[in-house]
Amino acid sequence: MDISLQHVEYRYQANTPFESLAIEDVSIEIPTGIYMAIIGHTGSGKSTVLQHLNALLQPSKGTVKIGEHEIKGGQKNKNLKKVRQRVGIVFQFPEHQLFEETVEKDIIFGPLNFGVSEIEAKKRARIALKQVGLGEEILEKSPFDLSGGQMRRVAIAGVLAMEPDVLVLDEPTAGLDPRGRKEVMDMFYALHKDRNLSTILVTHSMEDAARYADQIVIMQQGKVVKKGTPEEIFSAPTELVQMGLDVPEVVRFQLKLEEKMGMKLEKIHLTIDELSSAVTDQLSRGVRS
Amino acid sequence: MMEKMIFGRYVPADSIIHKMDPRSKLMIIFLFVCIIFLANNVVTYALIGIYTFFMLGLSKVPVRFLYGGLKPVLWLVLFTLVLQLFFTKEGALLFEWGPVKIYEEGVRMGIFISLRFFFLILMTSLLTLTTTPIEITDGLETLLHPLKKVRFPVHEMALMMSISLRFIPTLMQETDKIMKAQIARGVEFASGPFKERIKAVIPLLIPLFVSSFKRAEELAIAMEARGYRGGEGRTKYRQLSWQRADSFQIGLLILLTILLYLLRS
Repeated sequence: MDISLQHVEYRYQANTPFESLAIEDVSIEIPTGIYMAIIGHTGSGKSTVLQHLNALLQPSKGTVKIGEHEIKGGQKNKNLKKVRQRVGIVFQFPEHQLFEETVEKDIIFGPLNFGVSEIEAKKRARIALKQVGLGEEILEKSPFDLSGGQMRRVAIAGVLAMEPDVLVLDEPTAGLDPRGRKEVMDMFYALHKDRNLSTILVTHSMEDAARYADQIVIMQQGKVVKKGTPEEIFSAPTELVQMGLDVPEVVRFQLKLEEKMGMKLEKIHLTIDELSSAVTDQLSRGVRS
Repeated sequence: MMEKMIFGRYVPADSIIHKMDPRSKLMIIFLFVCIIFLANNVVTYALIGIYTFFMLGLSKVPVRFLYGGLKPVLWLVLFTLVLQLFFTKEGALLFEWGPVKIYEEGVRMGIFISLRFFFLILMTSLLTLTTTPIEITDGLETLLHPLKKVRFPVHEMALMMSISLRFIPTLMQETDKIMKAQIARGVEFASGPFKERIKAVIPLLIPLFVSSFKRAEELAIAMEARGYRGGEGRTKYRQLSWQRADSFQIGLLILLTILLYLLRS
């Protein structure tokens, strides 16, 4: 399902003394099957953009197209439930949304709301639980008896069980340890590939953006300042640094290496493997000539 | 939908009311709540109305904002009006339509009581809109200090108040966040049959309770870690200072009280 934002503007608390412009003239195209990362500082408007993707917020100006559904600024829109079923959002600290008595009931809550039968929902719960790397033995436990990491996974399973076409992730790994972080990100990537999902990741982490994304959008002060593939984005590192953003470790290493060794690789490499083979290549060539 | 709430919200501005000592503001509100019951005819209600709007003008709080925030309360005011209108059976009969009978006294009482309600809400919102929560609790603590003699836990109460006021915005944010998360999971808070809507509150309330308890525990630990031992021997960083404007405002209210007393029927 394609999503497209066209010249979207959003004001929080419009018509009060607290009114503030959150995003302005944001245009983003999200075609089916893409993995897109939105990066930016806190307060850059990335979370606001994210909430437009399933009509939790409706634009003050501009248009949001979600599949065939069109949401125009300044209009009342009904029937948003259909849209929301197809776009699943994993919020920051999703474990805060758990409320049911058992893990199973919590996971099937979403699907039941969208009219899935109980038998089907329970089937989905088991699949989702496996996808997030948990065993079926916790189905009957209270979600509040689990560890923080397990709670996070259960909450994510609750979104996955809705079987959305588009998955929106708002810093899904915040507060996890490095291992849990990698596991969760790898899991989302595998799902993205297996189910041909569109995935939109909102993150601070340049590493994650570089590793997984097909497209990166950089936001600053409510505006889109840069769009492109990770290679394009990270090939101009000085610009990123000027915006106060970081460059992935691998890229930083490559730049430093080039500076110290007085050499220049053909392109920016985003993974350690790629970079190391490129460097060995370069070096062996250097020795031969 | 939580954006428009104005209760417990502070609107910063540079006005006489904002600069007043919280003690005088609290005293004024307390007195105002008492003397509003003195009003019982057109002249006295008009006086209170003029006073309320005068204070509102001084406070520089944007009227449009106030109106937006008070809209839900206005329904309550309207409800009181209707209640009085239909259930007071005194005075001359004005209007009859089947079982519905409206009496002169009903109209009078309805208008007066809803006006009284309205002014009360306006003045008390004005207090929270122009005074930071911390000022209010500081003011309250000093005003209630004499009660310590009778072993009333003034400091603890003030602390409780400031903590709860402090966490109102946090709780609102949290409510907003969890609401959105559950809407994304297909809950409908704003539409659907009444029974369903009541049920929809559960996925909102339980996470809120859980996080509030957690937060309370964390706060208690943090306070203990920083050596909090109750109010004994604690000094204050912010000193309250009584100014001429405070005396003037108190004087104004006393004048209003006297006028009300003389003009009431």
